[in-house]
Amino acid sequence: MALRALFIALTEGEGRGMDAPRHPRLRRLGEEAVIVEFAPALTDAANRAALAFRAAVEAAAWDGVAETSVTLKSALVRFDPDRLPHAEIEARLSDLLAARDWQGAELPPGRTLWHIPAAFGGAAGPQLAEVADLVGAPEAALLEELAAHRLRVLTIGFAPGQPYLGRLPHRWDIPRQSGLTPRVPRGAVVTAIRQIVLFTVETQTGWRQIGLSAFEGFRPGAGRPFPLSVGDEVAFEPVTAEALARWQARAREGELAARSEAIA
Amino acid sequence: MTRWLAVTAAHAGVTMQDRGRPGLLASGVSRGGAADPLALDEAAALLGQPVTEAIEMAAQGGRFHVDGGAAVVALTGAPMRAEIAGARLAWPGTHRLPEGATLSVGPATAGTYGYLALDGGIAAEPLLGARSAHLAAGIGGPLAAGDRLPLGEGRGAQAGLTLDADDRFSGGVLRLLPSAQTDAFPSEQIARLESETFTKDRRANRQGARLVPEGAGFAAEGGLSVTSEAIVPGDIQIVGGGGGADGQPFVLLAECQTTGGYPRIATVISADLPRVAQAPPGAAFRLRFVTLAEALAARRAARDHGALSRAIRPLVRDPADIPDLLGYRLIDGVTSGHDPDPAADPDQDQDPDPDPDPDPDDGGPT
Repeated sequence: MALRALFIALTEGEGRGMDAPRHPRLRRLGEEAVIVEFAPALTDAANRAALAFRAAVEAAAWDGVAETSVTLKSALVRFDPDRLPHAEIEARLSDLLAARDWQGAELPPGRTLWHIPAAFGGAAGPQLAEVADLVGAPEAALLEELAAHRLRVLTIGFAPGQPYLGRLPHRWDIPRQSGLTPRVPRGAVVTAIRQIVLFTVETQTGWRQIGLSAFEGFRPGAGRPFPLSVGDEVAFEPVTAEALARWQARAREGELAARSEAIA
Repeated sequence: MTRWLAVTAAHAGVTMQDRGRPGLLASGVSRGGAADPLALDEAAALLGQPVTEAIEMAAQGGRFHVDGGAAVVALTGAPMRAEIAGARLAWPGTHRLPEGATLSVGPATAGTYGYLALDGGIAAEPLLGARSAHLAAGIGGPLAAGDRLPLGEGRGAQAGLTLDADDRFSGGVLRLLPSAQTDAFPSEQIARLESETFTKDRRANRQGARLVPEGAGFAAEGGLSVTSEAIVPGDIQIVGGGGGADGQPFVLLAECQTTGGYPRIATVISADLPRVAQAPPGAAFRLRFVTLAEALAARRAARDHGALSRAIRPLVRDPADIPDLLGYRLIDGVTSGHDPDPAADPDQDQDPDPDPDPDPDDGGPT
């Protein structure tokens, strides 16, 4: 049966209980996208590889490629299958993969470090206590650890300009909650699986909210609607609820609620 | 003189839509655009213009008029009760809207998303390369009474035309491709995906639609800790995944997010996505996997605008018969004996799933 054959072809060697899947590998998404996945789960090397590989695909400027992007551990290529058939784009991507050791790629130059003030716990972070319980550490110790870490923008997605930041130490490896929080506000600092997401829209989420910032990762009317780039770094600066309110007032005036500096 | 479309009343879920914002995935913006892009194609074919903007109305409509001149309007997508100055309008169809006359659009009689397009299109200022509201992304917003939208130059569109709309308003078969985590689901669940009947839930919007299975929920191994990965419209996410009432499939639509960490059991092919968006709550779906070749063939067929243009024909009917005629045509492609061209039904051969539902009003959104 053709369908079953297709299914097997796409999943060959990846079944449960079989050997770990080989990476990097290509996977199809829908009818007009392929992701080049560099690891089964997020690693620093896989994220750097994805960033570098995406840049290489952009540089190749193949006719029929519509756009590219980077996720945590993959580069995505969207294309027009009528102009660039799957077999052709997949062959080209495979050749490009073989051209070098992508896992050893350096981070690109021209990155920015963002210092982002945020209030944690209380109304600003209603699930901080829950996260502290799951991690098994006092809230204060967690916040100290968070503030001390420079997190990298691993990918931008889910919502406009919204960064996935990572990674935190191993003990922050907590799962998403099984249900969804119906609504977290713009600016919410949420966490799961050793990552922080800084929400740019009000939304429902399975991640737990530990803080709130006034930073807007998406500014539709601004000259630069998406301030953050993949590869940038973020350092959170814990502030009081009162200080956050002042930042929120400045953000309403159009100011970006963060300080930035070039990474040398 | 600029013509303006004035909104004098609008239900929730009335937005301006176009073909969305492709090319912004790297910035976290999904394409968005019309929930049923085929309705835009139909409007363009009916107006004989490359019109790409329309007012999208989710189950309920509003009241509109045009200032600064008359307009030819095209009504496409889910059929809704519509009238100009008390006269019922055929849907789909083009109609002359005299300057200042009120076009009122009522509830959908089948499906979910109806569209109002105008000759010359809507010339509102684009934002990030498009005019469509992307509600999930906070780009634009719903239209409300008092809104005025500038229209483009009209170019001789003709009133009194219709076409036979592809019936995508009542559920049916959804064709699937494997997705990124299909292999993480037990084969028993993959089999159930193809054997059960799924019911569209009330919880549905431009971002996605929940499909309620007959039996237990679905769950991938390690489902709660899948690394967030790129997602595309059509992906069927399994949210929760703890089994039981959790683990219901959620089909992502035009306004979905760009990445997600919930496992995906399959992807609905693009040609069948309007079917997901348009089905009213309670509509029944069957799911079946197809090959990539079949999906691509369906994609090409769905983009064959020439076929739509060839399907255009004059609307010559007793207005009193129009609601019934619409109902019949939407059900099974049969036209009444009053139809001037009873042979014209170009979609008949392409329709993969003749609607088994004998009642045109059954299951309509309320």
